[in-house]
Amino acid sequence: MPVEISRRTVLITAGAVTAVAAVPVTWTVIEGAAPPPAGSSTAEVTLTVNGTVHRRTVEARVTLLDALREQLGLTGTKKGCDRGECGACTVIVDGNRIKSCLTLAVMRDGSEVTTVEGLADGDDLHPMQEAFIEHDAFQCGFCTSGQLMSAVALVEEGHAGSAEEIREWMSGNLCRCGCYPGIVAAVGEASR
Amino acid sequence: MGRLSGMRPFTYVRATAVRDAVAGVADHPGATFVSGGTDLLNLMKDSAQIHEHVVDINALPLATIDIQPGGPARIGAVARMRDVAEHPAVRSTLPVLAEALLGSASPQVRNMASIGGNLLQRTRCGYFRDAGTPCNKREPGSGCPALTGENRWHAVLGGSEHCIAVHPSDLAVALLALDATVISTGPDCERRTPLNEFYLLPGQTPDRENVLNHGELIVGVEVPTTPLAARSRYLKVRDRATFEFAVVSVAAAVELRGRQVQDVRLAFGGIATRPWRAFAAEDALRGRELTDDVLVAAAAEVVRGATPREQNAFKTELAQRATVDVLRALR
Ligand SMILES: Cc1cc2nc3c(=O)[nH]c(=O)nc-3n(C[C@H](O)[C@H](O)[C@H](O)COP(=O)(O)OP(=O)(O)OC[C@H]3O[C@@H](n4cnc5c(N)ncnc54)[C@H](O)[C@@H]3O)c2cc1C
Ligand code: FES
Ligand code: FES
Repeated sequence: MPVEISRRTVLITAGAVTAVAAVPVTWTVIEGAAPPPAGSSTAEVTLTVNGTVHRRTVEARVTLLDALREQLGLTGTKKGCDRGECGACTVIVDGNRIKSCLTLAVMRDGSEVTTVEGLADGDDLHPMQEAFIEHDAFQCGFCTSGQLMSAVALVEEGHAGSAEEIREWMSGNLCRCGCYPGIVAAVGEASR
Repeated sequence: MGRLSGMRPFTYVRATAVRDAVAGVADHPGATFVSGGTDLLNLMKDSAQIHEHVVDINALPLATIDIQPGGPARIGAVARMRDVAEHPAVRSTLPVLAEALLGSASPQVRNMASIGGNLLQRTRCGYFRDAGTPCNKREPGSGCPALTGENRWHAVLGGSEHCIAVHPSDLAVALLALDATVISTGPDCERRTPLNEFYLLPGQTPDRENVLNHGELIVGVEVPTTPLAARSRYLKVRDRATFEFAVVSVAAAVELRGRQVQDVRLAFGGIATRPWRAFAAEDALRGRELTDDVLVAAAAEVVRGATPREQNAFKTELAQRATVDVLRALR
Protein backbone atom coordinates (compact mmCIF):
# COMPACT_ATOMS: atom_id res chain seq x y z
CA MET A 1 0.00 0.00 0.00
CA PRO A 2 1.55 3.33 -0.94
CA VAL A 3 1.75 5.45 2.19
CA GLU A 4 2.01 9.21 2.05
CA ILE A 5 4.65 10.68 4.30
CA SER A 6 2.54 12.95 6.44
CA ARG A 7 3.68 16.28 7.81
CA ARG A 8 3.13 17.93 11.11
CA THR A 9 4.83 20.29 13.44
CA VAL A 10 7.21 18.56 15.76
CA LEU A 11 8.93 19.69 18.91
CA ILE A 12 12.66 19.34 18.67
CA THR A 13 15.38 19.60 21.27
CA ALA A 14 15.98 22.65 23.44
CA GLY A 15 12.44 23.84 22.91
CA ALA A 16 13.05 24.91 19.33
CA VAL A 17 10.13 24.38 17.00
CA THR A 18 10.45 23.43 13.38
CA ALA A 19 7.57 24.72 11.33
CA VAL A 20 6.51 22.18 8.77
CA ALA A 21 5.26 23.47 5.45
CA ALA A 22 2.55 21.81 3.43
CA VAL A 23 4.33 20.76 0.26
CA PRO A 24 3.78 17.78 -1.98
CA VAL A 25 5.22 14.50 -0.87
CA THR A 26 8.37 13.47 -2.65
CA TRP A 27 8.94 9.90 -1.68
CA THR A 28 6.14 7.44 -1.89
CA VAL A 29 7.10 4.48 0.18
CA ILE A 30 5.62 1.05 -0.33
CA GLU A 31 5.26 -0.49 3.10
CA GLY A 32 5.24 -4.20 3.72
CA ALA A 33 2.57 -5.69 5.96
CA ALA A 34 4.85 -8.17 7.72
CA PRO A 35 6.57 -7.29 11.03
CA PRO A 36 10.15 -6.09 10.64
CA PRO A 37 12.48 -9.05 10.26
CA ALA A 38 14.82 -9.68 13.18
CA GLY A 39 18.53 -9.46 12.57
CA SER A 40 21.09 -12.20 12.52
CA SER A 41 24.77 -12.18 13.41
CA THR A 42 25.63 -14.50 10.54
CA ALA A 43 24.19 -14.73 7.07
CA GLU A 44 24.44 -16.83 3.98
CA VAL A 45 26.03 -14.68 1.30
CA THR A 46 26.35 -15.34 -2.42
CA LEU A 47 29.10 -13.51 -4.27
CA THR A 48 30.04 -13.98 -7.89
CA VAL A 49 33.76 -13.29 -7.87
CA ASN A 50 35.57 -13.16 -11.21
CA GLY A 51 32.74 -15.20 -12.71
CA THR A 52 32.71 -17.95 -10.07
CA VAL A 53 29.72 -18.20 -7.73
CA HIS A 54 30.65 -18.56 -4.05
CA ARG A 55 28.17 -19.27 -1.29
CA ARG A 56 29.39 -18.85 2.26
CA THR A 57 28.09 -18.27 5.75
CA VAL A 58 29.73 -15.10 7.02
CA GLU A 59 29.56 -13.13 10.22
CA ALA A 60 27.76 -9.82 9.75
CA ARG A 61 30.83 -7.91 10.94
CA VAL A 62 33.10 -9.31 8.20
CA THR A 63 34.09 -6.75 5.59
CA LEU A 64 34.04 -7.64 1.92
CA LEU A 65 37.84 -7.35 2.03
CA ASP A 66 38.16 -9.92 4.82
CA ALA A 67 35.66 -12.22 3.15
CA LEU A 68 37.64 -12.16 -0.10
CA ARG A 69 41.00 -12.67 1.56
CA GLU A 70 40.26 -14.89 4.53
CA GLN A 71 37.22 -16.85 3.43
CA LEU A 72 37.67 -17.14 -0.32
CA GLY A 73 41.48 -17.16 -0.21
CA LEU A 74 41.72 -14.40 -2.82
CA THR A 75 44.68 -12.56 -1.35
CA GLY A 76 45.43 -10.42 -4.40
CA THR A 77 43.26 -7.70 -2.88
CA LYS A 78 45.40 -6.04 -0.19
CA LYS A 79 44.66 -4.61 3.22
CA GLY A 80 46.66 -1.45 3.77
CA CYS A 81 44.93 0.94 6.16
CA ASP A 82 41.56 -0.83 6.60
CA ARG A 83 40.08 2.72 6.91
CA GLY A 84 39.33 3.76 3.31
CA GLU A 85 42.41 5.91 3.04
CA CYS A 86 44.89 4.00 0.88
CA GLY A 87 42.94 2.23 -1.88
CA ALA A 88 44.90 -1.04 -1.69
CA CYS A 89 41.62 -2.93 -1.22
CA THR A 90 39.91 -1.50 -4.34
CA VAL A 91 37.67 -3.97 -6.19
CA ILE A 92 34.92 -3.52 -8.75
CA VAL A 93 31.44 -4.41 -7.52
CA ASP A 94 28.52 -4.39 -9.95
CA GLY A 95 30.51 -2.13 -12.26
CA ASN A 96 31.68 0.38 -9.64
CA ARG A 97 35.10 0.61 -8.03
CA ILE A 98 34.80 0.61 -4.25
CA LYS A 99 36.98 0.18 -1.19
CA SER A 100 36.27 -3.31 0.04
CA CYS A 101 37.42 -2.49 3.59
CA LEU A 102 34.50 -0.07 4.01
CA THR A 103 31.64 -2.41 3.16
CA LEU A 104 30.28 -5.54 4.79
CA ALA A 105 30.14 -8.80 2.85
CA VAL A 106 26.50 -9.18 3.90
CA MET A 107 25.73 -5.80 2.30
CA ARG A 108 27.01 -7.17 -1.02
CA ASP A 109 24.98 -10.38 -1.11
CA GLY A 110 24.12 -11.19 -4.74
CA SER A 111 26.81 -8.91 -6.18
CA GLU A 112 29.31 -9.44 -8.98
CA VAL A 113 32.84 -8.72 -7.81
CA THR A 114 35.96 -8.34 -9.92
CA THR A 115 39.30 -8.56 -8.11
CA VAL A 116 42.81 -8.32 -9.50
CA GLU A 117 42.76 -12.12 -9.95
CA GLY A 118 40.03 -11.59 -12.54
CA LEU A 119 41.93 -9.21 -14.82
CA ALA A 120 44.18 -11.61 -16.72
CA ASP A 121 42.84 -14.20 -19.12
CA GLY A 122 44.93 -17.23 -18.20
CA ASP A 123 48.51 -16.21 -18.99
CA ASP A 124 47.38 -13.25 -21.07
CA LEU A 125 47.67 -10.16 -18.93
CA HIS A 126 45.07 -7.40 -19.03
CA PRO A 127 46.31 -4.41 -21.10
CA MET A 128 46.42 -2.37 -17.90
CA GLN A 129 48.72 -4.95 -16.29
CA GLU A 130 50.96 -4.90 -19.39
CA ALA A 131 51.10 -1.12 -19.25
CA PHE A 132 52.05 -1.14 -15.55
CA ILE A 133 54.98 -3.45 -16.32
CA GLU A 134 55.95 -1.40 -19.37
CA HIS A 135 56.03 1.88 -17.40
CA ASP A 136 57.61 0.64 -14.15
CA ALA A 137 54.41 1.57 -12.34
CA PHE A 138 55.32 -0.29 -9.14
CA GLN A 139 58.17 -1.17 -6.83
CA CYS A 140 57.11 -3.19 -3.78
CA GLY A 141 53.76 -3.94 -5.43
CA PHE A 142 51.63 -3.67 -2.32
CA CYS A 143 49.38 -0.95 -3.72
CA THR A 144 49.39 -2.37 -7.24
CA SER A 145 46.30 -4.57 -7.25
CA GLY A 146 44.27 -1.62 -5.94
CA GLN A 147 45.88 0.73 -8.46
CA LEU A 148 45.04 -1.69 -11.28
CA MET A 149 41.39 -2.06 -10.27
CA SER A 150 41.00 1.69 -9.91
CA ALA A 151 42.72 2.27 -13.24
CA VAL A 152 40.54 -0.22 -15.10
CA ALA A 153 37.42 1.43 -13.66
CA LEU A 154 38.73 4.93 -14.34
CA VAL A 155 39.14 4.17 -18.05
CA GLU A 156 35.65 2.70 -18.12
CA GLU A 157 34.29 5.87 -16.47
CA GLY A 158 35.93 8.04 -19.14
CA HIS A 159 38.32 9.88 -16.83
CA ALA A 160 41.57 9.25 -18.71
CA GLY A 161 41.43 12.40 -20.85
CA SER A 162 44.71 13.92 -19.65
CA ALA A 163 47.53 13.23 -17.20
CA GLU A 164 45.96 15.79 -14.86
CA GLU A 165 42.57 14.11 -15.03
CA ILE A 166 44.14 10.69 -14.41
CA ARG A 167 45.95 12.01 -11.33
CA GLU A 168 42.73 13.44 -9.90
CA TRP A 169 40.71 10.29 -10.53
CA MET A 170 43.48 7.99 -9.22
CA SER A 171 43.72 10.07 -6.04
CA GLY A 172 42.00 7.42 -3.92
CA ASN A 173 45.01 5.11 -4.42
CA LEU A 174 48.17 5.94 -2.53
CA CYS A 175 51.59 4.51 -3.36
CA ARG A 176 54.18 4.63 -0.63
CA CYS A 177 56.93 3.82 -3.13
CA GLY A 178 56.01 6.94 -5.05
CA CYS A 179 55.43 5.33 -8.43
CA TYR A 180 52.90 7.96 -9.44
CA PRO A 181 54.59 9.11 -12.68
CA GLY A 182 54.73 5.51 -13.94
CA ILE A 183 51.14 4.86 -12.90
CA VAL A 184 49.86 7.96 -14.70
CA ALA A 185 51.80 7.02 -17.83
CA ALA A 186 50.54 3.42 -17.71
CA VAL A 187 46.92 4.41 -17.29
CA GLY A 188 47.24 6.92 -20.11
CA GLU A 189 48.70 4.32 -22.44
CA ALA A 190 46.25 1.57 -21.58
CA SER A 191 43.34 3.95 -22.16
CA ARG A 192 44.34 4.61 -25.77
CA MET B 1 39.98 -15.55 10.94
CA GLY B 2 42.48 -13.90 13.26
CA ARG B 3 42.99 -10.86 11.08
CA LEU B 4 39.45 -9.50 11.15
CA SER B 5 38.87 -5.79 11.27
CA GLY B 6 38.20 -5.57 15.00
CA MET B 7 34.50 -4.79 14.93
CA ARG B 8 32.50 -6.34 17.76
CA PRO B 9 29.81 -8.80 16.72
CA PHE B 10 26.43 -7.35 15.79
CA THR B 11 23.23 -8.52 14.18
CA TYR B 12 22.35 -7.31 10.72
CA VAL B 13 19.17 -6.93 8.75
CA ARG B 14 18.42 -5.48 5.34
CA ALA B 15 15.25 -3.39 5.49
CA THR B 16 12.96 -3.26 2.48
CA ALA B 17 10.40 -0.82 3.87
CA VAL B 18 10.97 2.55 5.54
CA ARG B 19 8.70 1.62 8.43
CA ASP B 20 10.72 -1.55 9.10
CA ALA B 21 13.99 0.34 8.97
CA VAL B 22 12.78 2.96 11.44
CA ALA B 23 11.31 0.35 13.80
CA GLY B 24 14.46 -1.76 13.50
CA VAL B 25 16.58 1.06 14.93
CA ALA B 26 14.05 2.83 17.15
CA ASP B 27 13.29 -0.38 19.06
CA HIS B 28 16.96 -1.08 19.94
CA PRO B 29 19.00 1.48 21.89
CA GLY B 30 22.23 0.05 20.44
CA ALA B 31 21.08 -0.05 16.84
CA THR B 32 22.03 2.11 13.87
CA PHE B 33 21.41 2.49 10.15
CA VAL B 34 24.07 1.71 7.58
CA SER B 35 24.08 3.16 4.11
CA GLY B 36 27.46 3.33 2.35
CA GLY B 37 29.20 2.22 5.52
CA THR B 38 32.18 4.42 4.73
CA ASP B 39 32.06 6.27 8.04
CA LEU B 40 30.17 3.84 10.24
CA LEU B 41 32.54 0.93 9.67
CA ASN B 42 35.60 3.03 10.50
CA LEU B 43 33.98 4.23 13.73
CA MET B 44 33.04 0.68 14.69
CA LYS B 45 36.51 -0.66 13.91
CA ASP B 46 37.99 1.98 16.20
CA SER B 47 35.32 1.40 18.88
CA ALA B 48 34.48 5.10 18.66
CA GLN B 49 30.94 3.76 18.20
CA ILE B 50 29.65 0.37 19.27
CA HIS B 51 26.41 -1.05 17.91
CA GLU B 52 24.72 -4.38 18.60
CA HIS B 53 22.37 -4.15 15.63
CA VAL B 54 22.79 -2.67 12.15
CA VAL B 55 19.92 -1.98 9.76
CA ASP B 56 20.92 -1.75 6.10
CA ILE B 57 18.86 0.90 4.30
CA ASN B 58 20.30 0.42 0.81
CA ALA B 59 17.29 -1.55 -0.46
CA LEU B 60 14.87 1.26 0.42
CA PRO B 61 13.42 3.16 -2.55
CA LEU B 62 15.30 6.33 -1.62
CA ALA B 63 17.95 6.59 -4.34
CA THR B 64 16.12 8.92 -6.72
CA ILE B 65 17.39 12.28 -7.92
CA ASP B 66 14.43 14.27 -9.19
CA ILE B 67 14.75 17.75 -10.67
CA GLN B 68 11.76 19.03 -12.61
CA PRO B 69 12.06 22.38 -14.40
CA GLY B 70 10.91 25.13 -12.05
CA GLY B 71 10.62 22.86 -9.03
CA PRO B 72 13.05 22.01 -6.23
CA ALA B 73 15.62 19.25 -6.56
CA ARG B 74 14.67 16.21 -4.53
CA ILE B 75 17.54 13.94 -3.68
CA GLY B 76 16.92 10.65 -1.94
CA ALA B 77 18.93 9.77 1.16
CA VAL B 78 20.62 6.71 -0.35
CA ALA B 79 21.52 8.40 -3.64
CA ARG B 80 25.30 8.03 -4.01
CA MET B 81 27.62 11.03 -3.92
CA ARG B 82 28.84 10.13 -7.40
CA ASP B 83 25.37 9.95 -8.93
CA VAL B 84 24.39 13.33 -7.52
CA ALA B 85 27.68 14.95 -8.59
CA GLU B 86 27.34 13.61 -12.13
CA HIS B 87 23.65 14.43 -12.58
CA PRO B 88 23.42 16.92 -15.48
CA ALA B 89 20.64 18.97 -13.87
CA VAL B 90 22.55 19.15 -10.59
CA ARG B 91 25.61 20.42 -12.42
CA SER B 92 23.68 23.09 -14.29
CA THR B 93 21.24 24.28 -11.62
CA LEU B 94 23.22 23.64 -8.40
CA PRO B 95 26.90 23.91 -9.38
CA VAL B 96 28.11 24.39 -5.81
CA LEU B 97 26.61 21.03 -4.91
CA ALA B 98 28.35 19.17 -7.74
CA GLU B 99 31.65 20.93 -6.96
CA ALA B 100 31.48 20.16 -3.24
CA LEU B 101 30.76 16.49 -3.93
CA LEU B 102 33.47 16.11 -6.57
CA GLY B 103 35.93 17.71 -4.16
CA SER B 104 35.05 15.18 -1.44
CA ALA B 105 36.87 11.96 -0.57
CA SER B 106 37.92 9.69 -3.47
CA PRO B 107 36.14 8.21 -6.49
CA GLN B 108 35.78 4.87 -4.67
CA VAL B 109 34.24 6.48 -1.57
CA ARG B 110 31.91 8.60 -3.73
CA ASN B 111 30.69 5.41 -5.43
CA MET B 112 29.71 4.03 -2.02
CA ALA B 113 28.71 6.93 0.21
CA SER B 114 25.18 8.27 0.36
CA ILE B 115 23.73 11.74 0.80
CA GLY B 116 22.09 10.92 4.13
CA GLY B 117 25.20 9.22 5.49
CA ASN B 118 27.35 12.12 4.39
CA LEU B 119 25.25 14.61 6.35
CA LEU B 120 25.56 12.37 9.43
CA GLN B 121 29.26 11.54 9.23
CA ARG B 122 31.09 12.22 12.49
CA THR B 123 33.94 14.63 13.09
CA ARG B 124 37.49 13.72 12.08
CA CYS B 125 38.82 15.06 15.42
CA GLY B 126 41.58 12.62 16.37
CA TYR B 127 40.52 12.54 20.01
CA PHE B 128 36.96 11.59 19.05
CA ARG B 129 38.17 8.77 16.80
CA ASP B 130 40.70 7.43 19.31
CA ALA B 131 38.70 5.53 21.92
CA GLY B 132 41.77 5.59 24.18
CA THR B 133 41.59 9.35 24.79
CA PRO B 134 38.97 11.46 26.59
CA CYS B 135 36.35 13.16 24.41
CA ASN B 136 33.12 14.87 25.50
CA LYS B 137 31.48 14.04 22.19
CA ARG B 138 32.17 10.32 22.48
CA GLU B 139 32.02 10.04 26.28
CA PRO B 140 30.19 13.01 27.81
CA GLY B 141 32.00 14.47 30.80
CA SER B 142 35.39 12.92 30.02
CA GLY B 143 36.95 16.19 28.82
CA CYS B 144 38.21 17.78 25.61
CA PRO B 145 41.96 17.39 25.04
CA ALA B 146 41.72 19.44 21.83
CA LEU B 147 41.20 22.71 23.72
CA THR B 148 44.87 22.74 24.67
CA GLY B 149 46.20 19.88 22.55
CA GLU B 150 46.28 19.09 18.83
CA ASN B 151 43.83 21.65 17.50
CA ARG B 152 45.05 22.65 14.06
CA TRP B 153 41.97 21.00 12.50
CA HIS B 154 39.54 22.46 15.00
CA ALA B 155 36.93 25.20 15.02
CA VAL B 156 37.43 28.90 15.61
CA LEU B 157 33.67 29.56 15.59
CA GLY B 158 30.75 27.90 17.34
CA GLY B 159 32.85 26.06 19.94
CA SER B 160 32.29 25.70 23.67
CA GLU B 161 34.55 24.78 26.56
CA HIS B 162 33.29 21.22 26.02
CA CYS B 163 34.09 20.73 22.32
CA ILE B 164 35.67 22.49 19.34
CA ALA B 165 35.45 19.65 16.81
CA VAL B 166 34.65 20.57 13.20
CA HIS B 167 31.83 18.98 11.22
CA PRO B 168 33.67 17.56 8.20
CA SER B 169 31.00 17.36 5.47
CA ASP B 170 31.56 19.37 2.29
CA LEU B 171 28.08 18.45 1.11
CA ALA B 172 26.46 20.04 4.18
CA VAL B 173 28.27 23.32 3.53
CA ALA B 174 27.02 23.44 -0.05
CA LEU B 175 23.47 22.50 0.96
CA LEU B 176 23.51 25.21 3.63
CA ALA B 177 24.32 27.83 1.00
CA LEU B 178 21.46 26.43 -1.09
CA ASP B 179 18.78 26.74 1.65
CA ALA B 180 18.21 22.97 1.60
CA THR B 181 15.70 21.15 3.80
CA VAL B 182 16.24 17.74 5.38
CA ILE B 183 13.23 15.43 5.27
CA SER B 184 13.15 12.73 7.92
CA THR B 185 10.80 10.16 9.33
CA GLY B 186 10.83 8.66 12.80
CA PRO B 187 8.71 6.17 14.77
CA ASP B 188 6.06 8.81 15.38
CA CYS B 189 7.00 11.86 13.39
CA GLU B 190 7.73 13.02 9.90
CA ARG B 191 9.30 16.41 9.52
CA ARG B 192 11.13 18.90 7.37
CA THR B 193 14.05 20.70 8.96
CA PRO B 194 15.85 23.59 7.25
CA LEU B 195 19.53 22.63 7.11
CA ASN B 196 20.35 25.80 9.03
CA GLU B 197 18.46 24.34 12.02
CA PHE B 198 19.54 20.74 11.52
CA TYR B 199 22.98 20.82 13.17
CA LEU B 200 23.34 21.80 16.82
CA LEU B 201 26.10 23.79 18.45
CA PRO B 202 28.09 21.66 20.91
CA GLY B 203 27.29 23.77 23.99
CA GLN B 204 27.21 21.44 26.98
CA THR B 205 26.06 18.44 24.92
CA PRO B 206 28.57 17.92 22.12
CA ASP B 207 27.42 14.30 21.84
CA ARG B 208 24.20 15.61 20.30
CA GLU B 209 25.08 16.88 16.83
CA ASN B 210 21.74 17.30 15.11
CA VAL B 211 18.01 17.37 15.76
CA LEU B 212 17.34 13.75 14.77
CA ASN B 213 16.03 11.36 17.40
CA HIS B 214 17.23 7.79 17.74
CA GLY B 215 15.67 5.76 14.94
CA GLU B 216 14.78 8.77 12.83
CA LEU B 217 15.67 8.17 9.20
CA ILE B 218 16.68 10.85 6.70
CA VAL B 219 14.47 10.23 3.68
CA GLY B 220 16.04 12.86 1.47
CA VAL B 221 16.88 16.52 0.99
CA GLU B 222 15.02 19.16 -0.95
CA VAL B 223 16.94 21.96 -2.63
CA PRO B 224 15.34 25.03 -4.23
CA THR B 225 16.59 25.65 -7.77
CA THR B 226 16.76 29.44 -7.86
CA PRO B 227 18.76 31.97 -9.91
CA LEU B 228 20.87 32.35 -6.77
CA ALA B 229 21.63 28.64 -6.68
CA ALA B 230 22.56 28.62 -10.35
CA ARG B 231 25.42 31.11 -9.71
CA SER B 232 27.23 29.25 -6.99
CA ARG B 233 30.77 28.01 -6.38
CA TYR B 234 32.64 25.84 -3.87
CA LEU B 235 36.19 26.64 -2.86
CA LYS B 236 37.98 24.05 -0.75
CA VAL B 237 41.39 24.78 0.77
CA ARG B 238 43.28 21.68 1.91
CA ASP B 239 46.72 20.41 2.82
CA ARG B 240 47.13 18.53 -0.45
CA ALA B 241 45.62 19.08 -3.87
CA THR B 242 42.96 16.38 -3.61
CA PHE B 243 41.56 13.49 -1.49
CA GLU B 244 41.67 15.45 1.76
CA PHE B 245 39.25 17.12 4.14
CA ALA B 246 38.93 20.90 4.12
CA VAL B 247 41.11 23.10 6.28
CA VAL B 248 38.75 25.87 5.22
CA SER B 249 35.98 25.69 2.64
CA VAL B 250 33.40 28.17 1.43
CA ALA B 251 30.22 27.73 -0.57
CA ALA B 252 29.04 30.95 -2.15
CA ALA B 253 25.97 31.85 -4.21
CA VAL B 254 25.47 35.32 -5.65
CA GLU B 255 22.59 36.79 -7.60
CA LEU B 256 23.41 40.11 -9.24
CA ARG B 257 21.07 42.78 -10.51
CA GLY B 258 23.23 44.79 -12.85
CA ARG B 259 26.40 45.06 -10.80
CA GLN B 260 24.68 45.05 -7.44
CA VAL B 261 24.22 42.06 -5.20
CA GLN B 262 20.55 41.18 -5.15
CA ASP B 263 21.01 38.19 -2.87
CA VAL B 264 23.90 36.15 -1.53
CA ARG B 265 24.69 33.08 0.59
CA LEU B 266 27.97 32.27 2.26
CA ALA B 267 28.51 28.99 4.11
CA PHE B 268 31.75 27.66 5.55
CA GLY B 269 33.38 24.37 6.42
CA GLY B 270 36.53 23.75 8.45
CA ILE B 271 36.20 26.80 10.67
CA ALA B 272 33.18 25.98 12.83
CA THR B 273 31.66 23.22 14.91
CA ARG B 274 28.79 22.94 12.49
CA PRO B 275 28.40 23.93 8.83
CA TRP B 276 28.47 27.69 9.26
CA ARG B 277 26.34 30.32 7.60
CA ALA B 278 27.92 33.81 7.66
CA PHE B 279 24.83 36.02 7.96
CA ALA B 280 26.68 39.22 8.87
CA ALA B 281 28.99 38.87 5.87
CA GLU B 282 25.97 38.35 3.61
CA ASP B 283 24.39 41.52 4.99
CA ALA B 284 27.58 43.41 4.22
CA LEU B 285 27.25 42.37 0.56
CA ARG B 286 23.55 42.83 -0.18
CA GLY B 287 22.82 45.87 -2.31
CA ARG B 288 26.54 46.56 -2.85
CA GLU B 289 28.85 46.24 -5.82
CA LEU B 290 31.44 43.50 -5.40
CA THR B 291 34.48 45.77 -5.34
CA ASP B 292 37.60 44.51 -3.61
CA ASP B 293 36.97 46.88 -0.69
CA VAL B 294 33.47 45.50 -0.18
CA LEU B 295 34.75 41.92 -0.37
CA VAL B 296 37.47 42.51 2.19
CA ALA B 297 35.04 44.19 4.58
CA ALA B 298 32.52 41.38 4.22
CA ALA B 299 35.24 38.76 4.74
CA ALA B 300 36.15 40.39 8.05
CA GLU B 301 32.56 39.80 9.18
CA VAL B 302 32.94 36.04 8.58
CA VAL B 303 35.41 35.63 11.43
CA ARG B 304 34.23 38.38 13.77
CA GLY B 305 34.09 36.91 17.28
CA ALA B 306 36.31 33.94 16.36
CA THR B 307 38.17 32.13 19.16
CA PRO B 308 41.45 30.94 17.69
CA ARG B 309 43.49 28.29 19.51
CA GLU B 310 47.20 27.67 19.58
CA GLN B 311 47.44 25.77 16.27
CA ASN B 312 44.47 27.05 14.28
CA ALA B 313 44.76 30.84 14.44
CA PHE B 314 45.73 30.83 10.75
CA LYS B 315 42.16 29.85 9.89
CA THR B 316 40.79 33.32 10.59
CA GLU B 317 43.05 34.77 7.91
CA LEU B 318 42.59 31.83 5.53
CA ALA B 319 38.80 31.99 5.77
CA GLN B 320 38.86 35.68 4.82
CA ARG B 321 41.12 35.10 1.85
CA ALA B 322 38.96 32.19 0.69
CA THR B 323 35.88 34.42 0.94
CA VAL B 324 37.45 37.10 -1.22
CA ASP B 325 38.67 34.54 -3.77
CA VAL B 326 35.36 32.76 -4.21
CA LEU B 327 33.43 36.03 -4.51
CA ARG B 328 35.86 37.40 -7.08
CA ALA B 329 35.07 34.36 -9.22
CA LEU B 330 31.36 35.17 -8.97
CA ARG B 331 31.35 38.90 -9.74
C1 LIG C 1 39.20 8.27 3.18
C2 LIG C 1 38.00 9.13 3.32
C3 LIG C 1 38.05 10.46 2.90
C4 LIG C 1 36.92 11.28 3.03
N1 LIG C 1 36.97 12.57 2.59
C5 LIG C 1 35.86 13.36 2.69
C6 LIG C 1 35.85 14.69 2.23
O1 LIG C 1 36.84 15.21 1.71
N2 LIG C 1 34.71 15.42 2.37
C7 LIG C 1 33.58 14.89 2.93
O2 LIG C 1 32.57 15.59 3.02
N3 LIG C 1 33.57 13.63 3.39
C8 LIG C 1 34.68 12.86 3.27
N4 LIG C 1 34.65 11.58 3.74
C9 LIG C 1 33.51 11.12 4.49
C10 LIG C 1 32.48 10.48 3.59
O3 LIG C 1 31.92 11.46 2.75
C11 LIG C 1 31.45 9.84 4.50
O4 LIG C 1 32.05 8.74 5.12
C12 LIG C 1 30.24 9.38 3.74
O5 LIG C 1 29.62 10.43 3.06
C13 LIG C 1 29.25 8.73 4.68
O6 LIG C 1 28.17 8.22 3.91
P1 LIG C 1 27.77 6.66 4.03
O7 LIG C 1 26.57 6.48 3.19
O8 LIG C 1 28.93 5.80 3.75
O9 LIG C 1 27.38 6.65 5.56
P2 LIG C 1 27.43 5.45 6.61
O10 LIG C 1 28.83 5.21 7.03
O11 LIG C 1 26.63 4.31 6.13
O12 LIG C 1 26.62 6.13 7.80
C14 LIG C 1 27.13 7.26 8.50
C15 LIG C 1 26.15 7.57 9.65
O13 LIG C 1 24.92 8.04 9.13
C16 LIG C 1 23.84 7.22 9.55
N5 LIG C 1 22.94 7.18 8.40
C17 LIG C 1 23.26 6.87 7.12
N6 LIG C 1 22.21 7.09 6.32
C18 LIG C 1 21.19 7.53 7.11
C19 LIG C 1 19.85 7.95 6.87
N7 LIG C 1 19.32 7.96 5.63
N8 LIG C 1 19.09 8.34 7.91
C20 LIG C 1 19.60 8.35 9.16
N9 LIG C 1 20.86 7.96 9.45
C21 LIG C 1 21.66 7.58 8.43
C22 LIG C 1 24.45 5.90 9.94
O14 LIG C 1 23.68 5.28 10.93
C23 LIG C 1 25.80 6.34 10.49
O15 LIG C 1 25.67 6.77 11.81
C24 LIG C 1 35.75 10.74 3.59
C25 LIG C 1 35.70 9.42 3.99
C26 LIG C 1 36.81 8.61 3.86
C27 LIG C 1 36.72 7.19 4.30
S1 FES D 1 42.68 -1.06 2.98
FE1 FES D 1 40.85 -0.25 2.17
S2 FES D 1 41.47 1.75 1.61
FE2 FES D 1 43.23 1.05 2.68
S1 FES E 1 54.52 0.02 -5.31
FE1 FES E 1 55.01 0.08 -3.19
S2 FES E 1 53.28 1.10 -2.38
FE2 FES E 1 52.98 1.35 -4.48
